[in-house]
This record gives sequence, C-alpha cells and structure tokens, in this order.
Amino acid sequence: MSIFDIFTNQLLNGIVLGSFYALVALGYTMVFGVVKLLNFAHGELYMVGGFAGFLVLSFLAPYVGPGWFGVAVSMVLAMIAVGFLGVVIERVAYAPMLSAPRLSILITALAVSLVLQNGMLTLTKGQYVPFGASLGFGGVRIDNFFISYNQMVLVGVAAVLMLALELFVSRTQYGRAMRAISVDKDMARLMGINVNAVIAITFFLGSALAAAAGTMAGAYYGSLWYFMGFLIGLKAFTAAVIGGIGSIPGAMLGGLILGLLESFGTQLPGVGSEWKDVFSFSVLILVLVFKPTGLLGKPEQERM
Amino acid sequence: MADFPERPSAWGGLAVLLDTPQKRYAAIAVILVAMAVAPYVFGSYGTVILTNALLYVLLALGLNIVVGYAGLLDLGFAAFFAVGAYTVGITTLHFGLNFWLALPLAILLAIIAGIVIGAPTLRLRSDYLAIVTLGFGEIVRITARNLRETGGASGLIGIDSPWLFGWHIRTPLDFYYVFCVLAILGVIASVRLANSRLGRAWLYVRHDEDAAEAMGINRVKVKLAAYVVGAIYGSIGGAFFAANLGAISPESFSFRQSVLILMAVILGGMGKIPGVILGAFIVILAPELLRDFGDLRLLIFAVGLLLIMLFRPSGIWPARSKSR
Repeated sequence: MSIFDIFTNQLLNGIVLGSFYALVALGYTMVFGVVKLLNFAHGELYMVGGFAGFLVLSFLAPYVGPGWFGVAVSMVLAMIAVGFLGVVIERVAYAPMLSAPRLSILITALAVSLVLQNGMLTLTKGQYVPFGASLGFGGVRIDNFFISYNQMVLVGVAAVLMLALELFVSRTQYGRAMRAISVDKDMARLMGINVNAVIAITFFLGSALAAAAGTMAGAYYGSLWYFMGFLIGLKAFTAAVIGGIGSIPGAMLGGLILGLLESFGTQLPGVGSEWKDVFSFSVLILVLVFKPTGLLGKPEQERM
Repeated sequence: MADFPERPSAWGGLAVLLDTPQKRYAAIAVILVAMAVAPYVFGSYGTVILTNALLYVLLALGLNIVVGYAGLLDLGFAAFFAVGAYTVGITTLHFGLNFWLALPLAILLAIIAGIVIGAPTLRLRSDYLAIVTLGFGEIVRITARNLRETGGASGLIGIDSPWLFGWHIRTPLDFYYVFCVLAILGVIASVRLANSRLGRAWLYVRHDEDAAEAMGINRVKVKLAAYVVGAIYGSIGGAFFAANLGAISPESFSFRQSVLILMAVILGGMGKIPGVILGAFIVILAPELLRDFGDLRLLIFAVGLLLIMLFRPSGIWPARSKSR
C-alpha cells in the first residue's frame, strides 16, 4: 500500500465515521438551540434507536427480508419511535425543569441517560446483540481503494437526511419558528409562536436523526451494545462544539472534521488506535479552551 | 430571630434536632462509639462493606464540595480517585517510595490535574464543564489502560500496606479504623470549609454568579478552589484505596464509578453533610441488601435519581432549617 492508498482509505473511514458523528451532533445542536439544554441523553437515543431498528427488523424480516429494504423500513420506523421517545423525555423530564437552576437540569438529563442505559443493560444482560441484517459485502474496487456499497449508502442516507433537515429549518414555517426561539424564546412566544410545540418538534427531529444513525450503525457494524451511546454521545458533542454549538451546518462540518481527525490522527506515529478516544477528547478540550464558539458558532453573550 | 431567612446549614435538619451543645456532644459520642464497635457487631464481611462505605463517604464529601457547595457538575470525579491510587501504586512499587511520602505527592498531582483541567474550563458555561470532566475521566482511564507504567488493563498488584509509627496497617479491621479517621477528618474539613469565607463565596456563586461577581468575588478562582479541594479528597481516597486493596485496575476508575459517587451526593441531598453520608451508605449498602437484583441495581438508582430530581431536588435528607 502506498501513502496515497493509505490516504484515500483513511479519507473514506473518516467520512463514514464523520457521518455518524454529524447525524448525532445535529440533535445536540438543535436541542441546544431551542432550549439551551445539553441533552446528555442524546447519545442513549442513538443506542435505543439501534435497538429499536433491531427489534423492528427481527419482527419484519420474514416479510421484508433482512436486506436493504428491510433495513430501510426498520430505520424509518425506529426514527419515528425514538422521535416520540425524545418528545416524551422532553415532556416528562425536561419541561418541568426548564426554569430550575442549570445544575438541576444537567443532573436530570444525566439521570435520563442513566435510566435508558441501565434499562437496556437490564434487558440485554450486558451482552452484545447481533443486528441481523445481511447487506452483503459487495463494493467498488479501484486499485487498492475499496468502497463498499454499505459505505456508499450510509454516507448517502446521512447526506440526504442532513439536507432534508437543513431545508426544513431554512424553508418551512416550523423551521423559522425554531430559529426564532433560539434567538429569543420569550419574544417568540409573544409573537404567537407555539413554543412548546416547536420544542417538541425539535426533540422529535433530533432524536429521529440519532435513531437513524443508531440503526445504520447496527447494520454497518453488525452488533449492538447497551453502552454504545456513551462514547458516540461524547464524540458527537465534541463535533457539535467544533462546528459551533447551536449551528446546524456547524454540526455537520464538525462531525466530518472529527471523523477525519480521528481516522488520520490514529495514523500519526505514536498515536495508535488505542489512543483514538484520548485524541478526540483532547481535541474537545483544546477547542473549548481556545475557540469555545467553534468554527461556525456565534459568539455567545449569555450569563453562565 | 426576626424574619431573616437563616443561612442554609450544611447540617440540614440536624441543626434543628441538635440545637444545644449538650445534645451535639451526646450525638457525637454515640456516633463515635457506634463506629468503634461496629466491626464487632457486623463481623468481618460487614467490616469490609463498612470500610467501602466510609471510602465512599470520603469521596462523596469531596464531590459534594464541587457539586453541592459550588454548584458545578463534575462527571469525571473518578479521575482524581485514579490519580491518587496510581500515584501511590507506581511510586511505591517502581520507586520504593514510602506510602506517607507518596501520599503528599498524590495530593500534589491531583491539585495540578485539577488546575490544569479546571482553570481553562471553569470560565465556560457550566454544562461544558460537565462534558469536559467526563472527557477528562475517560482520558485518565484510557491512559491508565494503555501505559506500561500503570500496568495496562490488568493494573498494578502487590502495593504494600503502610506502617504508621510501628503499626502495620494491614488487616481489614486496621483499614476500617483508618477509613473511620479519614471520614471524620473529611467531615470536619467540609464543615470548616462550609462555614469559612470561601464557603460563603461558594454559596453566593451557586445562587447568583453575577451578583457574586459584582460583590467582588472572583468567580473563576472560587470555583477553581472548589474543584481543587474536591480533587484533594478524591486523591486521598484513591491513595488509601490502593493501599487497602493492594491492587488497582483501570476499570475501578470508570465513568460508572464517577456516576456512583455522584449518586451518593445527590440521592442523600447535595450540599448537606448528613445527606451525603446517607447517600454514600445507600449506594454501598443497597446492593448488599438487594443482592438478587444484580444489574437492576444501577437501574433502580438511576430511576431514583430521576424521581429525586423531579420531585424532591433537595434529596432524601430533610433540607429545611427552622426558619423556613
């Protein structure tokens, strides 16, 4: 393998990884935009999304098959189910807390995340669960560069979802309401915007995107684990911060950058794959220290 | 007392119950006697569990200073626990250092780690601190797992137990009494801090940062002090933890450990010393009482945490002082 081959392969790895990070980061950033809340449970929604997709697939596999169509159907159903779960979480746990001190909201969010994580631990007894999709191993080979159909579809679906979200936020009335709330919630309410409904939609969309990423990760990597949301939650948060929290294009860009940083960073001498996570968390800390507004974020003049 | 609301006491409802010095001295005497005879009542297995509970009391008291006093969410507290344990483990095993020399070194390293992580991030929004501490906790655990000096995934074994003036602290009973002393010192230090100028500054910053800043309190410095004091508690706990078990491994310092300590702080009632002690005992004793529940334990705690935050944010321990 020449240097060029290593480069192109790592580029592909980085883009695949970055697609997952970006999809999950979008949820963080959207929720943060409208309610100024760091939804710690967001990584767990990715995990629950994976399991929801698995559940749907195992029920529907006899009718739709475990192939592409089956995974697509399970992904959509998982997105809807987890979207509603996100709304329920917001109604039950966050809505009563929004006027409470920030520490209380943070701890509540952590508690929600622990309930989901340990609930799944209890259900799965801590075992890895095979996802059960069979998508084949085909792909396109150009010299030493190999890109599988799975990777193409995954990146393509992620791109379509992100484009759809961007259009929703920039072109529709609800998107405009969402942006208005992120600027000034109280004023938006005075202007006749149904703030609670918009917050619910935001949670629905953010959670649904996380579920899409979770199902795709299950199909792509082949197995699920109750703890799989922890690390990606942390990474996606890093991606959201790199791009500038609250900014939707920022989350996509941040996800891609983090994915590429990780896949190339682990190629550096002295940084093996066992240091991958340390590498990304160090990036997070450095970004927060030197550029807390991220690449595309607006400078924030808000009380701490 | 007139209509002035009383300053919330770190003692919670106890301040009402034990309102005269005589009652207080009597209560302290009862607690000390109970601590002294407990190992003979509960047997050798009970002693080990109690020792563990006392370790958690110490750790939870430390985290309580960060979360309860200063109002900062630290999700990587186990990192400081790890710094203490690994410093003692490495220096006594590889460099033959005496435990009592390794201990101050462990504290010093924890202070440095606390400043390095806290100083830049405490200026930011408080939720950023939570995530950064979470990341820091993972960095420490992964580093411990990957380095040769820390023994990799299997950790360090054969850490010597310390001597104190000719007394070899060795048996579980010895360590039980050592942890009794540590927990008592931890309580005293927490009380003294809560009633100090710094303690009042924490209270102020927790309730209204901007007003505190306007009154001339250096917000970042005060928060950093809380973070560093918490780190010292964690590191001392870790040092004695390593000496007690004689073996440490990276998985003792995982996110789950940080969460358990945080649960101890919040379940009992953050900011209140009796509540934190109660919380530490709940976290350690509940799995002993509910042994059959296995994996359900953390789920039950997590649901409990959620219910407490939604319905009783001040914790299980009664919070109200007389005048409220």
